Amino acid sequence: MLSWLDANALSMLNGVALAAVLFLIAVGLSLVFGTMDVLNLAHGAVSLTGAYIGVAFLERDTTIPLFVTAVLAAAAFGMVAGVVLAAMTSSVGDHLRQALLTLGVALIAGDVLREIFGADVESVSAPASLAGAVSVFGRPYPLYRLVIIGISAAIAVVLYIVLERTRVGALVRATVADRAMVEAIGVRTNLVLGGVFGAGAALAAIGGLLAAPILGAQPGLDDTVLLLALVVVVVGGLGSLRGALVGALLVGQVQTLGVALASEYASFLLFAAMAIVLLTRPRGLLPAKTGAHG
Amino acid sequence: MMRSKAQPRPSAADRTGASASTGGGRRHLPRPVLVSRVALGLALLVLAALPLFLAPYPIGLAGRILAFALLVVSVDLLTGVTGMPTLGQVAYFGTGAYAAGLVGIHMDSSAVLQLLVGSAAAALLALLTGAVAVRTSGIVFLMVTLAIGELVHRFADSFAPVGASNGLAGIPPISILPGGEPLELAGFIYWWVLAVFLLGMAVATLVVKSPLGRSMRGVRDGEKRLHALGQQTYPVKLAAYTIAGGLAGAAGTAWVAQTRFFSPGDLGFDVAAFALLSVVLGGAGTLWGPVIGAFVVILVRDWLSAYVDGRGALMLGVLFVVAVYTLPRGIAGARWRKPLRRPRRTSP
Repeated sequence: MLSWLDANALSMLNGVALAAVLFLIAVGLSLVFGTMDVLNLAHGAVSLTGAYIGVAFLERDTTIPLFVTAVLAAAAFGMVAGVVLAAMTSSVGDHLRQALLTLGVALIAGDVLREIFGADVESVSAPASLAGAVSVFGRPYPLYRLVIIGISAAIAVVLYIVLERTRVGALVRATVADRAMVEAIGVRTNLVLGGVFGAGAALAAIGGLLAAPILGAQPGLDDTVLLLALVVVVVGGLGSLRGALVGALLVGQVQTLGVALASEYASFLLFAAMAIVLLTRPRGLLPAKTGAHG
Repeated sequence: MMRSKAQPRPSAADRTGASASTGGGRRHLPRPVLVSRVALGLALLVLAALPLFLAPYPIGLAGRILAFALLVVSVDLLTGVTGMPTLGQVAYFGTGAYAAGLVGIHMDSSAVLQLLVGSAAAALLALLTGAVAVRTSGIVFLMVTLAIGELVHRFADSFAPVGASNGLAGIPPISILPGGEPLELAGFIYWWVLAVFLLGMAVATLVVKSPLGRSMRGVRDGEKRLHALGQQTYPVKLAAYTIAGGLAGAAGTAWVAQTRFFSPGDLGFDVAAFALLSVVLGGAGTLWGPVIGAFVVILVRDWLSAYVDGRGALMLGVLFVVAVYTLPRGIAGARWRKPLRRPRRTSP
């Protein structure tokens, strides 16, 4: 057991790093579905744009202040994109037409990105001071991945506190549970919804940027990220923060540890795992406690 | 949950269903029915005559459109008629295509045999996978079918007997009957594809008009009410899923008869997404709307894109976005005539 752990510890740590990024990207998708009942298929495109913002901003041996600037720029872009998408989808009630609309936006965005940045794989380098390796379990491990895990964990804690412990969070949760009732007590739910959509898209863009030094940036990555994020939120439970976290951790492990252990079946593992979870627990592992979807 | 909010659907399928159910008292055909029959006749005439005045490449494109349209109709049987949005029909499309290709390579070039084997294999796989998939509904069903599609895609991508990621190549040209002359001319192959398409449309139409079709619409419009009436819905959904799988398989055999090559890329996520979106674009619930949707999607992606510098994705994206706002009920629900009774809302 110990030797097995020793051999696979780094795979598992890689899985946690992937989960950290996936959580940032997926949590917005999940909350937007929970609050707005909108299935946003443009989420992957927002995330990929975040990665390309990294390509545009960051050169080799970038400094931390510049990196933080890029993160803020990605967040600002995501916020604007989210609010625009919220406005576009507000009059479209049917899920299938939302899918048509948001996938249309994703196709346009993908084509524009390809036009600007080309079809090649672009790499983004981590800040120079984070580019080194530290010793984990006696082996060298990229410091940047540990930093990502830390950032993502911090954001998760902040999100949890905001959603569970503040008045704004109470409003969001109430909107998930019963939008008409929140409207009836005099809250303009459109503002809540736009805010959630904006924040979710901002997190997706940040996630895309943070992932760029690992995954790179290239056309088609938006589809991959969208599929992974969909799997994460459906496995975890739509509309729930903890669900997104659990789903991300599971998918991260399946994608890294699973691939390391059973490389022959690697490409089947993710979707097989999702099918098994959905057929045994159709509402996901940790569904939102209240609400029309939970 | 994925179902559109309960709105009246004056779709063609419902109209035919309603006129079938009135039963007593034969009346003259109402004018819209007469008009649509004339339009159908004209469309068939044009489709059949295409090889007489199109070059081989556009004829091949037309054949691919027809095969894809049949796949889209199978998606619509589930999504539009039964209210179960699916991304998994590509799995059965691919099963039919690979089965037909393997029969062609290893056994016989007869297109009839390939059609039978391909459809049967696809329907069987649909029965087995559907037995678990249709227990779910709404977005969970959508994701389970996505998993089915992706699993078959990845299996095809690594399974050597079907060429793995290189695709299945070297499929001989089809003949109609076993031992017959191989069809070399693009026009003849197109006519075979058209025949498969029309056969599939006939099956779909019969299913929609049958008691099963009425139960399928019942599942869409109020599954709990069917339960309350004492009807089990699981057999209805499984039957719909199996039939749709068989139709997708038939579409796959037609596709392969046309292209004589099939690769895992032909059953990827983007094909699944475009098939589902063609249904939405055309108008879910009708059968002819999604056919037009499929026609538009493939035409924009494969033909128009050649004239706009390979910007097919951009054109499709713009088309989708514009369609959502200008055609709230899809192409089939567009107002071709002036509203007769009450003015319809333009925005939902």
